[in-house]
Amino acid sequence: MSDPLSPLDAAGVRAAVDEALAAIAAAPDLDALKSVRIAHAGDRSPLALANRAIGGLDRAQKAEAGRLVGPARAEVNAALAARQAELEAERDARVLVEEAVDVTLPVERGLAGARHPLETLAERMCDVFVAMGWEVAEGPEVETEWHNFDALNFDPDHPARAMQDTFFVAPEGSGVLLRTHTSPVQTRAMLARSAELLEAGRGIYVVCPGKTFRTDELDATHTPFFHQIEGLAVDRGLTMAHLKGTLDHFARAMFGPDAVTRLRPSFFPFTEPSAEMDLRCFVCGGADAECRTCSGTGWIEWGGCGMTHPNVIRAAGIDPDVYTGFAFGMGVERTLMFRHGVRDMHDMVEGDVRFSRQFGMEL
Amino acid sequence: MVRVPLTWLAESVDLAGASAEEVAAALVRVGLEEEGIHGSDVTGPLVVGRVLTLEKETHSNGKTISWCRVDVGPEHNAPAEGDVPAGRGIVCGAHNFGVGDLVVVALPGAVLPGPFPITARKTYGHVSDGMICSARELGIGDDHTGILVLGDEHDPADLVPGRDAITLLGLDERTVEVNVTPDRGYCFSVRGVAREYAHATGRAYRDPALAVSPPPATAGGFRVEVADDAPIRGRVGCDRFVARVVRGVDATAQSPSWLERRLTQAGMRPISLAVDVTNYVMLELGQPLHAYDLATVAEPIVVRRARPGERLVTLDDVDRELHPEDLLITDSPDGVPGSRVIGLAGVMGGASTEVSEATVDVLLEGAHFDAVSIARTARRHKLGSEASRRFERGVDPQLPPRAVQRAIDLLVRFGGGTVDPEVTDVDEVPPAAPVRMPADFPARIVGLDYSAARVRELLEEIGCAVAADGDDLVVTPPSWRPDLTAPIDLVEEVARLDGYERMPSVLPAAPAGRGLTHAQRVRRSVARALAEQGFTEVLTYPFMGAQRLDELALPDDDRRRRTVRLVNPLNDALPFLRTSLLATLVDAVRVNLGRGATDLALFEIGRAFRADGDGIAPRPGVDDRPSDDELAALDAALPVQERRVAGVLVGHRVPAGWQGQAQPYEWSDAVAAARLVAARTGADVEVAADAHAPWHPGRCARLALPDGTLVGHAGELHPRVLAALELPARTCAFELDLDALVAAGEGRLVAAAPVLVQPVAKEDLAFVVDEALPAGALVATVRAAAGGLLEDARVFDVYRGEQVGAGRKSVAVTVRLRAGDHTLTADEIAGVRAAVVEAVAREHGGTLRA
Repeated sequence: MSDPLSPLDAAGVRAAVDEALAAIAAAPDLDALKSVRIAHAGDRSPLALANRAIGGLDRAQKAEAGRLVGPARAEVNAALAARQAELEAERDARVLVEEAVDVTLPVERGLAGARHPLETLAERMCDVFVAMGWEVAEGPEVETEWHNFDALNFDPDHPARAMQDTFFVAPEGSGVLLRTHTSPVQTRAMLARSAELLEAGRGIYVVCPGKTFRTDELDATHTPFFHQIEGLAVDRGLTMAHLKGTLDHFARAMFGPDAVTRLRPSFFPFTEPSAEMDLRCFVCGGADAECRTCSGTGWIEWGGCGMTHPNVIRAAGIDPDVYTGFAFGMGVERTLMFRHGVRDMHDMVEGDVRFSRQFGMEL
Repeated sequence: MVRVPLTWLAESVDLAGASAEEVAAALVRVGLEEEGIHGSDVTGPLVVGRVLTLEKETHSNGKTISWCRVDVGPEHNAPAEGDVPAGRGIVCGAHNFGVGDLVVVALPGAVLPGPFPITARKTYGHVSDGMICSARELGIGDDHTGILVLGDEHDPADLVPGRDAITLLGLDERTVEVNVTPDRGYCFSVRGVAREYAHATGRAYRDPALAVSPPPATAGGFRVEVADDAPIRGRVGCDRFVARVVRGVDATAQSPSWLERRLTQAGMRPISLAVDVTNYVMLELGQPLHAYDLATVAEPIVVRRARPGERLVTLDDVDRELHPEDLLITDSPDGVPGSRVIGLAGVMGGASTEVSEATVDVLLEGAHFDAVSIARTARRHKLGSEASRRFERGVDPQLPPRAVQRAIDLLVRFGGGTVDPEVTDVDEVPPAAPVRMPADFPARIVGLDYSAARVRELLEEIGCAVAADGDDLVVTPPSWRPDLTAPIDLVEEVARLDGYERMPSVLPAAPAGRGLTHAQRVRRSVARALAEQGFTEVLTYPFMGAQRLDELALPDDDRRRRTVRLVNPLNDALPFLRTSLLATLVDAVRVNLGRGATDLALFEIGRAFRADGDGIAPRPGVDDRPSDDELAALDAALPVQERRVAGVLVGHRVPAGWQGQAQPYEWSDAVAAARLVAARTGADVEVAADAHAPWHPGRCARLALPDGTLVGHAGELHPRVLAALELPARTCAFELDLDALVAAGEGRLVAAAPVLVQPVAKEDLAFVVDEALPAGALVATVRAAAGGLLEDARVFDVYRGEQVGAGRKSVAVTVRLRAGDHTLTADEIAGVRAAVVEAVAREHGGTLRA
C-alpha cells in the first residue's frame, strides 16, 4: 500500500482525480460504477483520506489544502453522477425494449353483444318524433276486436276486415285477436289522452312502435310476426298538409336530406283521405327500369297514412267537428330492408346472432 | 285485383297511344296501385299458314301423324321441288284440320309459352320445319282438342299465308293489372278503370253502359218476386232484379276468338258462349249476370232467405248446408212458389239450372244484391266468386237493365236466337241520398285552398250532381259510388282528383313533450346493458306447441300452463302463445348451434301471455266513447301479457386463447345478468335459492323484490330439460318480469349521501359455518351487526376441506368501515369486529376461523 495522499500534494490530488475520472468513464455498467464509486469516492478512497487529513494541518495549510481537495472531490462526484445517469438511461431503454408486447393479439375477453337492429331502428324512429315533442304510446299485442277493428271504422261485414289476415284467439268468437297493426294504439292513446285534449287543449301527438301479427307464411318478404311504427296526431286545425310535412321530415331524418317522397291515393277504413307514402328509389332514383329495389317503378312503398276518419275520432269520445287528426304507419322490417339492403326476411326473424352483430349497438 | 287489356280499355277512354307503363302510372295517381303488366309470352316468327297437302302416316308406335306441306308465305317458304310446292314440311299430331285450312305456324326461332322454343327437328322420319299450333299452345285458350283453325272471325284480308299471327291474334296486346281497394267496387270493370284513367289524365271518357239502350220494363215477362222476410242490418237483400229471355240460342256455338282472348287476358277461362257472354259483360261493366237454362226453371223466381235445413249443390259441385241468413234464388216447381233452391244469390248458381249443350232458351238474370248479405254468405261458405267479390264491394244498381241488354246483344249476335219483348224489372232501388258539405270543408281537411267552384267541378267530374245551398254544397253521388255517404268521402275525391302532389308540406308544431317514459328509458337501458355485457338480442316468434311445456318440465299446476290458444295458427303444431320467453328463446339457441355456433349469449325482451278469466271481449258501439265499465271489460278480456326479459348462455364466456384456458358460462353468469337487469331498473332484489322448473334445483336463484314479490329466476338449466330440448349440458338461463322490475324502480329519487373522506379501516373475517348456510344470509348478518360505520361487506373466499371439517365451510368476508368525521380508533374497530363475531355466532353458530 502506497503512502497516503497528502492534501497539500497538488500533483498527487490531480493524479487521483484523473485516475478516478478514467475509471468512471471506463465503468461499463451500474455494478462496475458502484465499485468505482467505492474506490474513488468512498470513505477509504485516496481523496476522502486526504480530505480527512486536512483536519491535522495548521490553519494556513488547512486553507490551502481545502482549496485543493474540495474541488477535486466535487469533480469526481459530478462525473460519477453523470455516468450513473447515463448508465441508468441505457438500462431503462434496454428493459423497456425487452418488455415490449404484441398489441395486435386478440384482446377481447368475452363475446361481443349486439342489439337487434329492428329494435334499434324502432327506437331511432321514435327518437325523431320525441325530438319534436311527440310521445311514445304503447298497447297490448293480444288485443280486442273492438280496438283492432271496430273502433277503427272497420265495418264487421266490410271486405277490408279480410284485407288483414288475422290470428284469432280461442274460443272462436271471443272478440280477442293478435293485433294486425299498431293502429289500435291510436284508439288507446286517444282514450287515455282525451281529457288533456278536451280540458287543457293539449294536442295528442304520439308514435306507437310495436309487434304485429298476420297469418302470412314466412318467406323472403313476409313474416307472420313483424313490427310497425304508428303515428297519430289529433288537434285543432290539423290538415293533410301537416301529415305530408311530418312524413317529409320523417323520411329525411331516416334516409337523409335528399329523400324524396310522394303520397298516392289509397284506402284504409280508419283514414280518409287515405294515402300510401312512397320514397323515391334511392338505388336507381327512378332511372332504371330493371331496378330490383323498386321493380323499375322508381318508387318504394314505405307505409300507409291519411286523415284520421271522423268515426275513429268519435269512437274515442272526441268531437270530429272540432278536432281533426292524421295517422301513419310504417313497417320497421321494410324500413330495415331497404335502408340496409337486407334481402331476406328470414335473416331478421331466425335469431341468428350473426345478423344482429353486423349492426352492433346503433344504426 | 283486376286485369284490364289495353285494347278493351281503349274502347271507353282515349288512351292516345299511351303505353301499358304510362297507363299504370296514370292509374296510380288516382289510387289504383299497379300490380303488374302482362303480355303474351309468344315471340315470332309466328305466321298464318295454308295447308297445301296432308298425308296421314301410321307409325310403329301406333300413332297416326299428319305430314303436311304448309304455305307460310313467300318470305318463309322453302322453294318448290318437283311435285312438292313451295312451303314448309311440318309434322302434326292433331287431325281436326284438312287441306286448304288456314292455321297458325310457329317457325323455327319462335318461342311459345313455357318457354317452348321451336326448332326444326327430325321426327317420324321427316324434318318438321315448324309447328302448327293449338290455342292452348299459344296461351290464348284452353282448347287442346285440336289445332287452331282460323275462320271468319277474322277479316279475310288478314288471312294470307305469311301474315304475322302475333298481331292477328292480339298476342302483342298488353294487360294492366291493378289492385282495387275495397271502397272502389266499380273499378272491378273496364268501365270503372276507364273512368279513373279519364280522371287521372283528363282524356275523353265514353261510358260503355250508355252505349246500350235497354227497352223499358213491361208486364208479362218472366215472373220474379223478392220476398226477403229477414233483411240484414235493415237492408233488403235484393232491390233490383232484371230477367229476360232469349229463345233459340245455339248453345254449342263457340265464342268468337276476340271475346275468348279478352276473357283470357282478363284472367278468366272461356267456357261456352252463354257463360262467356255473361262474364264478358261483368268484366266490361262490373255487373255480375247469371244465365239459366229456361227449360229447367219453374216460374216464378223467388228471392228469399234460406230456411233451416235447406241445401244446395253449387256449380263447383259442393253440396252446401244453407244458413237462414243466406239470400237464395229459388224457383217454383209444381206451382209452389220458392220451393226449390237454384242459386246462392250473387255468389254462385246451382248445378240444376245450369246452361248446357242441350239448352235452347236462356233466361238472363241481372240483379243488385245487398253488399253485407253477399259478404256474409261468401265468407260463411268460404266461396268467393267473381260475382260475390263485386257485390260485396258495391255494384251500380242502375246497371242491371243495361248489362242484360249488352249480354243479349252479344248472345244473339254470336249464338243466334231472338229476345222476348217482355222485360221483367223489379226495381226497389232507393234514390241516392244527397250529402251536405260546407264548400270549404275539403280545404279545411286537406290544407289546400280549393275554391268552391273547383270543389264543384271535381265532384261533377266523378259523376255527382252538385247544388249550392248557401255556403254548403248538396252533393248527390252517382249510382256507381255507394261508398260516398259522408262529407269526408267527398273530401278524398276532391283531394285525389286535384292531385295529392299539389298538397303543401307543413310541419305541425306539437306541444312541448315529456320525453320517453321511465319504463321506456329503463327498457332501453336494460337492453343496452345486456348487449354491452356480451348478449345478442334476438326476436323469436311467440308461437309454441304444448310439448314445449313438457320439455320445460313445468308441473301440471304451473301457471305457465295457462296458455292462450289461437283459433287459426299457421302451424297446427304451434297453436299456443308462449307463456315464458325461454319457451321460444331456446329455438333461437338451437338455430345458432345448428349453424355452427359454440359459444352463445342470447337475450330477448318481449311479452309472454297467460290466459286469465274467460277471455270473451264485449263489443261496445263505436258512435261514442264506451263507458269506463265497458273499457274495463274490454281490457279484462285480454290475457296477462307482461313484458319479460330472458337470456340463455351456452358454452364459454371466454374462449380458450393465448391468455389462458376457456372459461365456461356457469350459473353465476346467469345470476349476474339477472342482477344487472335489476340494477338497471333501479329495483332492489333479493336472491335466494329455489327449485323451479326449468332450472337445476340445486343451481337456481330466485329473485324477489324486498316485499317478497317474485320477479324471476336465474341459474343453470335442469339436465333433463336440456336433454329434452337437445341443448348442451350446463346451459344457463335467466328470465325476469321486466314490468314488475320497472315498476319497482320507478319514482325513486336518490337522496345523495355525502362522500366521506376519512380513512377507511378494513377487516377480514373468516367464519366457519354450516355448509347449508347461504353466503347471502351470513353477509346480511354481518351488515346488520356492523352498524353505522359499515361502508361495504362482501364475501371474498369460500373454503371447504379438512381444516374446517365435513359439513362445514369457511366463508371469508371483508368489511370496510369508515366514519364521517374522524379516523376510526383501534377500540372502535375492535368493537365492530366483536359485534360481528358475536352476531354470527348467535344467529348462525359460526365461529371465527383460527
